[in-house]
This record gives sequence, structure tokens and C-alpha cells, in this order.
Amino acid sequence: MTDMITFHYRISPDDFTRAGEASSDVKSKLKKMGVTPEAVRKVAIAMYEGEINMVIHAHGGEITVNITPDRIEMILADVGPGIPDIGLAMQAGYSTAPDAVRSLGFGAGMGLPNMKKYSDEMEIDTVIGKGTTICMVVYI
Amino acid sequence: MDKFYHSVRLDEELCMGCINCIKRCPTQAIRVRNGKAQINSKFCIDCGECIRVCPHHAKHATYDKLEAMKQYEYTVALPPPSLYSQFNNLDDVNIVLNALLMMGFDDVFEVSAAAELVSEATREYLSENPDKLPAISTACPSVVRLIRVRFPNLIPNLLPLIPPVEVAAILAARKAMEKTGLERDKIGIIFISPCPSKVTYVKSPLGTEHSEVDKVFAIKDLYPQLLPCMKAVGDDPPEIGTSGKIGVSWGRSGGEASGLFTEDYLAADGIENVIRVLEDMEDQKFTNLKFVELSACNGGCVGGVLTVENPYVAEVKLKRLRKYMPVARNHMHAEAEELVKWTKAVQYEPVFNLGETMMESFARLNQVERLLKKLPGLDCGSCGAPTCKALAEDIVRGEAVESDCVYFLRDNVHKLSEEVSRLAAGIVEGDRDSYEKFKVMTKYIERISDEMTQLDRKEGRKRNDGKRID
Repeated sequence: MTDMITFHYRISPDDFTRAGEASSDVKSKLKKMGVTPEAVRKVAIAMYEGEINMVIHAHGGEITVNITPDRIEMILADVGPGIPDIGLAMQAGYSTAPDAVRSLGFGAGMGLPNMKKYSDEMEIDTVIGKGTTICMVVYI
Repeated sequence: MDKFYHSVRLDEELCMGCINCIKRCPTQAIRVRNGKAQINSKFCIDCGECIRVCPHHAKHATYDKLEAMKQYEYTVALPPPSLYSQFNNLDDVNIVLNALLMMGFDDVFEVSAAAELVSEATREYLSENPDKLPAISTACPSVVRLIRVRFPNLIPNLLPLIPPVEVAAILAARKAMEKTGLERDKIGIIFISPCPSKVTYVKSPLGTEHSEVDKVFAIKDLYPQLLPCMKAVGDDPPEIGTSGKIGVSWGRSGGEASGLFTEDYLAADGIENVIRVLEDMEDQKFTNLKFVELSACNGGCVGGVLTVENPYVAEVKLKRLRKYMPVARNHMHAEAEELVKWTKAVQYEPVFNLGETMMESFARLNQVERLLKKLPGLDCGSCGAPTCKALAEDIVRGEAVESDCVYFLRDNVHKLSEEVSRLAAGIVEGDRDSYEKFKVMTKYIERISDEMTQLDRKEGRKRNDGKRID
């Protein structure tokens, strides 16, 4: 038996209508696996926030989800502009989202703080002008 | 009582094995196997969508026949507000209520009157439990059932109050016993339901151990008998109605929320829309909401599958009827205050899990992913499952086989035919192993024949005595 299942999702740039499809698919798979409701909730929220961030700030990217019987790892990789000040970006309410995005109800500055809050481990690797890779882990 | 009891049933005689129902069932509870639809009782939430979409009327709801009234010495009708919305030019609910008495009921107790008590209890709950908001209405049993099997994270958000029909039944039964002095079993508390979901609620309630409703009639059964009685009652009937705008509004989507005196509410109707809202609530996409009202039927209860009127026309009629009513005519009293609360918490039922344990489910999810790569991904429904993914899940649960997929089967036949041609060419050339090849070829031909029979059987579900149905 393989002890890991991997899923890949391409996140389309600037398409708010499709943002959330990947996290919704992962959520449905985890429910069928019998993962605890609390862990499913954490993954769904953390990954949805990440997806939205990729759409707003990074012109899309790719998400890889590795599921093992004891943990769910989400790797969100983009080739966007990078995060200049991670400390500032992690502050609740801080947002660099443009007005057009805010007018759609996004960009409340809760993306990264929520990703941190709902994951058990989170690492951010960002290079200005090259892109950002965020790895989040939720234990089952 | 079976916790997965259902009032939505299938009439095998009428079922043609078409795929209309499997495609529209919101919980993917239906499969076509051996040419007939089958409803998985664990997945079904009794929303009645399959009854609505079946072109052959093979799905139906079970409920009681009007003759059941005769079993009791004293009967009380519980008319829901959606009943009032079924009649043209109705400007006074007393016409309907008196017609029910003329029909043979001994008394009536309006569900809308009880709804006003539930509205008041809800207002109190919202102000006392800010940490549990948004509260999700528990008036639509299909929505509660859906949350119980598919949205476990939202179970704590369910409003822990029993639905108005149950409050009405308890109060009506107490009143009837007091008035007549009869034993409870001699009194029939009869609900006139707009939908099968509430029939299921009565047989297998959530939030309480048992229902005080004894029988459930369908609005559509009662309707033809009620019309002549309403005519006979005339335009100036005795005043027996006891509800106001708040109670009567419960019959349509958003009506319950309108009685809560808050703008921070969301009301959605139609089961697909309800699922979208619940998915988004699970992802915490809504903020600052106090109340969420969800109805499985389009338009709310006025759109129930056991009603007769177009739901949107019915909604207009209900709005007009409310015009001259007082805001509310029922207020919370000590007796009601205790009985409106849930006595039994709703539990999560993980029916969609792929296996018994997490490890088994994990292994099966792996198998599903591998199978999905083999299946065509067309979601054609020919296998009897609504999507390729659903078929893959059925296969790993041991409820279907790969060859249920017609494309898979055809590919197999094609490969076997190619093999037969190759062997035949060898025999014609007369090489040393001709006899062995002949034996293998015969086996392949037998397999082709078997698989063609399987294909024919699948095709056969679309036919009836050689005639094509669709």
C-alpha cells in the first residue's frame, strides 16, 4: 500500500470565480477518508486563504497536497512578486490588495494570519521578484 | 425507529432505469443497477428532488391516506402556512380553517401560531449565544439531515429548537386531552405536509426522541376535498385563526428570518444553493451573520413536492394574505418556553467515508485515484452512477465493477477482437501451434460474447419490450 497520496492543482490567475475549487476538492476527499471534522476545517480554511492569496497577489501558481495517514501537507508555490516584509504581512488586517480586489470583499488582511492560525506548521520561503512557496501542515 | 428511515420511495414497476434521478440527487444517493434505480438510505436526505425530476413518476413519497382520520375519536388538523398559499384570491385564513372543520376535523391548531413562539425563542437564543452564531435554522428537516451527514463542522451552529410543527403538535395534543378528557391514543394529531421531508421527520425526528404528530397527510391529497368546503364556508367565516404576519411568513424562504428583527441574516432556498452556502460557511467565508435560513425546496415550504401551486405564485399569494394581519398574535409562555428546546443533540453520521477505519479509507482513496485515471471522465451516467468518481468509489466499496463502465467494456471487447484476428491469421497460415491457438481463440470469442451480453443488458435498461422509451 502506498503511504502517501499526492494531488496537484493549478491555480488560475485573477479568476476569483474558480478560487476555492482546489480547497473544496481536498475537503471532500478528506471527509471521505474519515479525517476528523476539526482537521478538515483547518485544512479547508488554511488552503482557501492560500488559494485566494495566490489569485490576488501572485497571478496563480501551483498547489501540491500530500496526504499521509497522520498529516496533510500543502505546498503553495507561485512565481509572483514575493513578500517584501513577512512580519508586516503576518499582522492581522495588513493588506496590499488593490482597491479592485477589496471591492470584491477580499483583501481584509487576514490571509496569512488565518493560514498560520489554522495550520499546525507553516513555513514561508519568499524571494522578491522570484516568487513565494508556503508549506503548511495540519496533523490528523 | 431506523435513524435512516425515508419517506421517499421507488416504484420498481414504473422505473425505466433512465439516469435523470442519479444526475439530480444532491447527495448522489441513487444508482441504477440491473436496470432499476436504487436509493441508498444512508445518503438520502428526503429532499424530494428525485420525485420532482423523474419523468416516469417512479419516485413517490409515503404518507397517510385521508381515511386514517377514522382511527381516532378526536382529530386535530395542523395546517402549515404553506397550505394558505395554495388558493386563489384567499384573503382570510379563517376560510381554510373552517373548511378543515367542515371536512371532518374536530379542531385545528395552526403551525404558524407555534412558529411565532419559535421565532420568539430564536430571538432570545441569538441574543444570549453570540459565540454560537450564525445560528442555522432547523425548521427544514432535509437541511438538518444534510448537515448531519455532510457538514459536521456546522452541527454546533444548528439552532437547538424543535420545528414549529412539533411545537404545534405538543400544544395541540395537550389542549385536546384537556378539552375532551380522552386518552392520548384516542386523539389524532394530523399534520398537512407540503413535503416528504417532514413526513420523515415525524417517523424519525432529529432534536427530539419522538414526534407528537400521529399522521401526516399531503397538501395535494387534501386540496380537492378542501376546495368545495371552502366554498361552502363562504366569505364571512367565524374567526378561529390565531396567527399573525410573523407566523404565516414561515411558509416562504426568508420568512422565518423576517421575524427575527435583524438584517444580519442569509436566506437560501433550493437544495443546490443550500449546499453552496453550507460549503462556504464551512470555509468561514461569511462574517457578521447572525442567522442562516435554509430551505431545501425552491421558494421555501411553498415549493414542497407535495404542494399543488407553482412556488413563486404561491409566494405572492402568501404575501398578499399577510397584508391585513397583525404582526404577531402569539407570545412566549412558561409552558412553551420549556418545550421548544431540543431534548436530543444531533450527532454526526459519517456515511460518506470510504472505509470503516481511517487507514482503510486512506487505502481506498488511493484506489479511487488510480481508478479515476483509467475511467473516461465523461460522467455520462451509463454505468448507473452519477459520475466517474462515484463509480470509482462504488468499485472500491465493492458495490460495482470496472466493467460497469461501457467505455471500459467496449475497450475490452475491442482488444479481444484484435487478439482473435491475430490468432485467426496464425491458424490460416497453418503454423505448428494452430490447435492451441484455436482453443485460445474460442475462449476469447466466448469472452467477447459474454461482454457483449453485458453491454446489451446495460442498453436494455433503456428499452421496454423492444420499444425504445426515450
